[in-house]
Amino acid sequence: MALIDYANPSKFLALTDRLIPWLTGGTVLALALGINQIFGAPEDYQQGATVRIMFIHVPAAWLSMFGWAVMSVAALGTLVWRHPLADVAAKAAAPVGAAFTLICLVTGALWGRPMWGTYWVWDARLTSVLILFLMYLGVIALWRTIEEPTRAARAAAILTLVGALNLPIIKFSVDWWNTLHQPASVLRLDGPSIHPDLLVPLLVMAAASGLAFVTLHLAVMRNEILRRRIRTMHLLQAQRAPGS
Amino acid sequence: MKALAALFGRDVKLAVRAGGGAPVAVLFFLIVVTITPFALGPDLALLQRIGPAILWIGALLASLLALDRLLAADLDDGSLDLLTMSDTPLELALATKALAHWLTTGLPLVIATPLLALFLNLDLAASAAVAATLLVGTPALTFLGLAGAALTVTLRRGGLLLSVLVLPLAIPVLIFGVAASNAAVVGPLPFGTPFLILCALSLTGLVIGPVAAALALRSGHD
Repeated sequence: MALIDYANPSKFLALTDRLIPWLTGGTVLALALGINQIFGAPEDYQQGATVRIMFIHVPAAWLSMFGWAVMSVAALGTLVWRHPLADVAAKAAAPVGAAFTLICLVTGALWGRPMWGTYWVWDARLTSVLILFLMYLGVIALWRTIEEPTRAARAAAILTLVGALNLPIIKFSVDWWNTLHQPASVLRLDGPSIHPDLLVPLLVMAAASGLAFVTLHLAVMRNEILRRRIRTMHLLQAQRAPGS
Repeated sequence: MKALAALFGRDVKLAVRAGGGAPVAVLFFLIVVTITPFALGPDLALLQRIGPAILWIGALLASLLALDRLLAADLDDGSLDLLTMSDTPLELALATKALAHWLTTGLPLVIATPLLALFLNLDLAASAAVAATLLVGTPALTFLGLAGAALTVTLRRGGLLLSVLVLPLAIPVLIFGVAASNAAVVGPLPFGTPFLILCALSLTGLVIGPVAAALALRSGHD
């Protein structure tokens, strides 16, 4: 089953129809397991129970970047391989990625209030995530402004790739500008600096959030394909209408 | 090469003679600097401290507002279609257009900076530092804006969207521009490091901007 086999939207729809119930079930199970483990996890000796916000905050932060990566690969699919579903995938990833970025920002603010004493600080990592959120909104706005789907897809793909080139520069410049947030403590070369009792639930929650991302992404892609079919039907109907 | 030189000359001539270009951008810059003390109060010490930041934000907004003229007139009279179909590589043609645009809107902003710095009570070293950072930083804004303008030129209400798309990408330029200016005034950081990064950003923009803009224009055509 090569990727090109699913260039046919009907085949892809059949696949999603079979996959989505399983993925939904898997997401619910993984979330249940993760939440169970969260409440089994020990409280942090300094942060108390608020450390549990981490189990939602950190996976959302990872997925916020993962969403842009998905969009960039899909953008290459649109521009280079001209895969018919790539622009559907790119369009569907934007709101899902933006939602996870918003979750990351909101949970971060709620965590910051008891820990740092303020909802928002102009710290490097927070600011980069905020800029990422603004860029997601920009892409969504571009999608909504151009009416014709294929043209919108190419414009959004170019913006996505320019954004992907610029994100490391923005990240670097904002880091240079200000730093208060703790540096990365799981994805490090010398192994995670976080205790296993907290790490295991975190990884379970990350898997659950990842499953949620994939499920939502496929569901939005399915809706987008159906929406395009409806659009085509409307256009055909308008062409056949008397007096045109 | 000859075609590019002709294009450059045409764009500069049009910008200088048609009106509404550079003088209005500089006027806008002046107005932004003028209204800031009304919001902050006429405290000269405060203005001196945040002067480089005000000048940078004013220049950023002024160059942003001039961007929708970068390609729109050419789209209206059809010369953009000619450029897209001509033998000259579109990337080079767009880079030339961006350079001509910078020369007629970016450079006047840089030249106006020392005068506006007087209003903000900046001393000679500070205003020279801000002008120098703007000189190497505004090309980056133009090249990024070129990509944004190419994406939005065919849209009916592209102007606002253009700003929304370009501003997040302009953040590094703003950060290093203001950092270099402040480093020259108060220290403790050396002026050279952020200044060189700013040059690097402009050169990166010179590569990314025209390529992305050419891609956008070509894909909008078929």
